[in-house]
Amino acid sequence: MLTKIFRPLWAFVFRDFHLTRRYIHWEVVNLFYAMVSSATVALIGVASKDFRLTLRLTLGVLLWNFLSSLFHEIANSISYERWEGTLEYTFMAPVSRLQHLLGVSSYASVYALLRSFVVLGGLYLFIPMTLRGANMAGVVLVIAIGGLAFMGLGLMAAVLPLMSPERGASATEIFQGVLLLVSGVYYPVEVLPSWIRPLSVISPAKYALDACRKLMGTDNPASTNGHLAGASLSSVTPLLLVLALMGIILIPAGLYVFGVAEKWAKKTGKLKRTG
Amino acid sequence: MNTPPQAIIVNNLKKVFRKRKGFLGTVLSEEWALKGISFNVAEGETYGILGPNGSGKSTLIRILSTLLTIDDGTVEIMGHSLPKQERWIRRNIGRVSVDAAFYKKLSARENLLFAGQLYGIPKKEAERRAIAILENLHLENRKFNDPLDELSRGMQQKIAVTRALLIDPPLLLLDEPTTGLDPRSRRDVQEYLERLREEKGTTILLTTHDMQEAERLCARIGFLAKGKLVAEGSADELKQKAGTENLEDAFIELTGIEFGKDEEEVKD
Repeated sequence: MLTKIFRPLWAFVFRDFHLTRRYIHWEVVNLFYAMVSSATVALIGVASKDFRLTLRLTLGVLLWNFLSSLFHEIANSISYERWEGTLEYTFMAPVSRLQHLLGVSSYASVYALLRSFVVLGGLYLFIPMTLRGANMAGVVLVIAIGGLAFMGLGLMAAVLPLMSPERGASATEIFQGVLLLVSGVYYPVEVLPSWIRPLSVISPAKYALDACRKLMGTDNPASTNGHLAGASLSSVTPLLLVLALMGIILIPAGLYVFGVAEKWAKKTGKLKRTG
Repeated sequence: MNTPPQAIIVNNLKKVFRKRKGFLGTVLSEEWALKGISFNVAEGETYGILGPNGSGKSTLIRILSTLLTIDDGTVEIMGHSLPKQERWIRRNIGRVSVDAAFYKKLSARENLLFAGQLYGIPKKEAERRAIAILENLHLENRKFNDPLDELSRGMQQKIAVTRALLIDPPLLLLDEPTTGLDPRSRRDVQEYLERLREEKGTTILLTTHDMQEAERLCARIGFLAKGKLVAEGSADELKQKAGTENLEDAFIELTGIEFGKDEEEVKD
């Protein structure tokens, strides 16, 4: 019974792993670019000789690297199948959409995590950092729970290329750009113009970042350059609850929206290679 | 007299594509891809659908493959109706389309193992089955690990046929599977399809442009033109009905359409 459920799910992990392997030169190029762009952002803090700003920026680039990579992989899984022309074959396989999207999301999570670790390793070459005193176990928990909410957003965004073969992929990029803008990755959301600030309330990245900054002690006056005063997990419980709630709502909502879009695509013939 | 069990029963099937056009999408246009077609395919039979581009052949295959919904009429596949029992149907059909759709950077092996696992087949078993089918199709084993984009169109199409057969389906839906293949590859695929029907009793629904292929493989043929099934019967019956010597002339006579001329393609 378990094999029946997990083998099709594993098929997507198998496929995505081999695709990464076959496109490894592009993976290396993208990773190099992610590392360099992360370092250039974090070095702004080093240049201003402000260890808090450095930490804030470093945490921002790392968390954004993870969350955006997770979102990107899930959201673009449909666009990718369109480019290859395999979408119809995936959709006519006897696999539930839950199995399909869980398989894609499982690989995307591991991929995004490994990628973030490599970027972190690269950052160590440029940024003098200490994590002593930071509540790293708490940070990992926040990333895991925040990741669920981002999975849900990714599922919703994956619907766009399903609905519009030509414009859907571009729309997911815009969606991701708006998330970056309103989540306060590099700056407090309070600096955003008032007309756009309300959007930050619905971004899971904002809550994940706020929680991680507390757990690392980035803004804690007691933190020094050599020792951080990270908060305990209990102090970020409300933020964790918000993130968990977002995950609980967004994943089923993403699956539901995907199901509705699939029905519509089958009615209008949008599953075809070129739409 | 007992009628043989039917693998496919299509009754008054209609499919329309509606599109919004004009500024702000205020104009709604309708294009009928299938205008109420009915036909049956018996278990173990090879049934051919002949028609020019845009006649509705691919739409029909897509509906039977559960990739398009029906607007009107009914479809029953091996006693299971669409769309209610589409999960069962998906598990029991193999499909080959005119374009061999694969992850082009992945090898044949990786593509086939992915497909096998989707259908719940363990990797080793999928690999064993794939190699056996490819050998029957005369594809060299050493090509198994090459990326698909390094293989010829003929080889890619043989791998597409292998993917469809990996699950040992009782029903095969073939949408112009030999279009664009060199004569040798075409013969390999046709011979294998004949053997499948003889040895396993696989039911095959084949759409094609190729009159010789239709005559060679199909027990019965349906002429599809402008979304309508205009005539149906064995190749000899159709020629007799039209009073012509060959199937192409019979098609022209019975449908009023020249076969080389594409109909305005309905974008599904």
